[in-house]
Amino acid sequence: MTPVLETRALEKHFGGVVAASQVSLRLEKGARHALIGPNGAGKTTIINLLTGVLRPTSGEILLDGKDISHVQPYERVRLGMVRTFQINQLFGELTPLESLGLAVSERLGTGGDWWRRFGTRSSVIDEIGDLLERFSLVDVMREETAILPYGKQRLLEIALAFACRPRLLLLDEPAAGVPDLERQEILATIAALPDDVTVLLIEHDMDIVFSFADRISVLVNGEMLVEGPPAEVARDPRVRAVYLGETFDA
Amino acid sequence: MLKATRSHSTEIAGLLTARARWTVPEIAFWLVAFATIFVLPDRHLILTEIVIWALFALSLDLILGFAGIISLGHAAFFGFGAYAAGLLAKHGLIVEPVLALIVAGLASAVLGFFTSFLVLRGTDLTRLMVTLGVALLLRELANRFSDLTGGADGMQGIEIGPVLGRFDFDLYGHTAYVYSLIVLFVLFVIARRIVRSPFGLSLLAIKDNSLRAAAVGIPVNRRLVAIYTIAAGYAGVAGALLTQTTAFASLEGLAFERSADVLLVLIIGGAGYLYGGLIGAVIFRFAHDWMADITPQYWQFWIGLILVLIVLVGRERITGWTRPIRRLADRLGNWRPARPRALGASSREGGER
Repeated sequence: MTPVLETRALEKHFGGVVAASQVSLRLEKGARHALIGPNGAGKTTIINLLTGVLRPTSGEILLDGKDISHVQPYERVRLGMVRTFQINQLFGELTPLESLGLAVSERLGTGGDWWRRFGTRSSVIDEIGDLLERFSLVDVMREETAILPYGKQRLLEIALAFACRPRLLLLDEPAAGVPDLERQEILATIAALPDDVTVLLIEHDMDIVFSFADRISVLVNGEMLVEGPPAEVARDPRVRAVYLGETFDA
Repeated sequence: MLKATRSHSTEIAGLLTARARWTVPEIAFWLVAFATIFVLPDRHLILTEIVIWALFALSLDLILGFAGIISLGHAAFFGFGAYAAGLLAKHGLIVEPVLALIVAGLASAVLGFFTSFLVLRGTDLTRLMVTLGVALLLRELANRFSDLTGGADGMQGIEIGPVLGRFDFDLYGHTAYVYSLIVLFVLFVIARRIVRSPFGLSLLAIKDNSLRAAAVGIPVNRRLVAIYTIAAGYAGVAGALLTQTTAFASLEGLAFERSADVLLVLIIGGAGYLYGGLIGAVIFRFAHDWMADITPQYWQFWIGLILVLIVLVGRERITGWTRPIRRLADRLGNWRPARPRALGASSREGGER
């Protein structure tokens, strides 16, 4: 079967610095794949390469077997590859309502309408309602995003990605800095994703990784160190050496 | 639980369309504007000037206030439209002003389309320099091809036909004023409709965070090209109006001073809510007269002082200083859905549901 996502010998150099070296990834449909590694290992570089924010120095990225290395970031979103950001990237001056409405409109292909008033399409409205409920954002839906409490902003960050109906979801530390309560909400929502959605999770928190992932890749200094099922990765002496002091209970 | 209730949907639709509703202050604004036709008949010449500045500033607002594209060369499109209208009239290509106005606007829009690709990338500074460069370039071209433009002497011998074949331009500027005001109103209504559409909202999103905009599937570059093209067309119409109402076109239309002044006008009125350019134009023109009365040689000193004060008060954003006033207007006229600031604190508890 064609993997949903595949990278072949992906490389990214910043001047003399090699941020990603010969990275080969393979995600089957419905995979719950985690990408871990110490700080500065190049995890976010990989996400930026996958989503098209960065251009690879060499190598290929394939989505459903098609080379998308030169496809614009927004087109990759339309192809079903959606990401969340480690540091919130939101529309501070818009409300959650408007932000989600925009994302839904773009997905439905009505985002470029320039003569129709915003908020007059019932298909868009209903979907915004669903998303607001699902991510507990109803009570703050009309407030400017910039003034929302951090936990709510984090939920909106994830909700925006869901609004794009991803087939391949790239989660960059989704629960980073979130208070416990909202953390459970976020994790539950991710766990409740349909089976046919493929997920690549970048995470520091090993509890989350081992409870969620069915495969783990370990990235060190821009290179893939190990890849395999959680139990295998946890036993690997090289991984243990990198994560000295961490305990793995697979 | 996942299904939104019906009342939710109605509420959401109401909130989203609230921005598009005409409010009392807005209607009052336009009633006053049209009332000046009858109330101030002896000021129509200066009012026409104001309307043209207003339209030009509205055009800049579309790119600066809504898409975050800063420009120091917006006069390129104003001057281009002005010359286009001049040429059409002078050579009798299109005699009827309204049609000529549309053609001149479209010509500027085409110029805007092709130059838009230069402002897609880069920081505010590169955009400032590129727009400035394009305007300078155009001004020198106009100077060089004096056979066509009249060069430094300006384009002479322009004769403007009657509007719609019926209303002749008169010496007191009555026709010119009514004509210009109607053009401004029509283009304002269109602009208002555009910025309240999904397209318009996506511009705000791009201005806010273009990285995320692309990440939710918004074709950032395409949207920026579109609004830059539209704004260039608006500026071209403003320039064409100047030519038609004064029967003259000159290099001044392309000058750096005009680009700088229109930025000033917009900042005085506040960018990002469409009325800023209009209000700014009124203040700018009357402040100009008033200050010139007090200190004839130094009126620019006062303009400079006001500019510095506005930017200091606005602090983070040059568009910011009118916000408190607009928030007051919110409360008076439901200009935008009310967003009580205090709710930010109470929503902390609301999170668990």
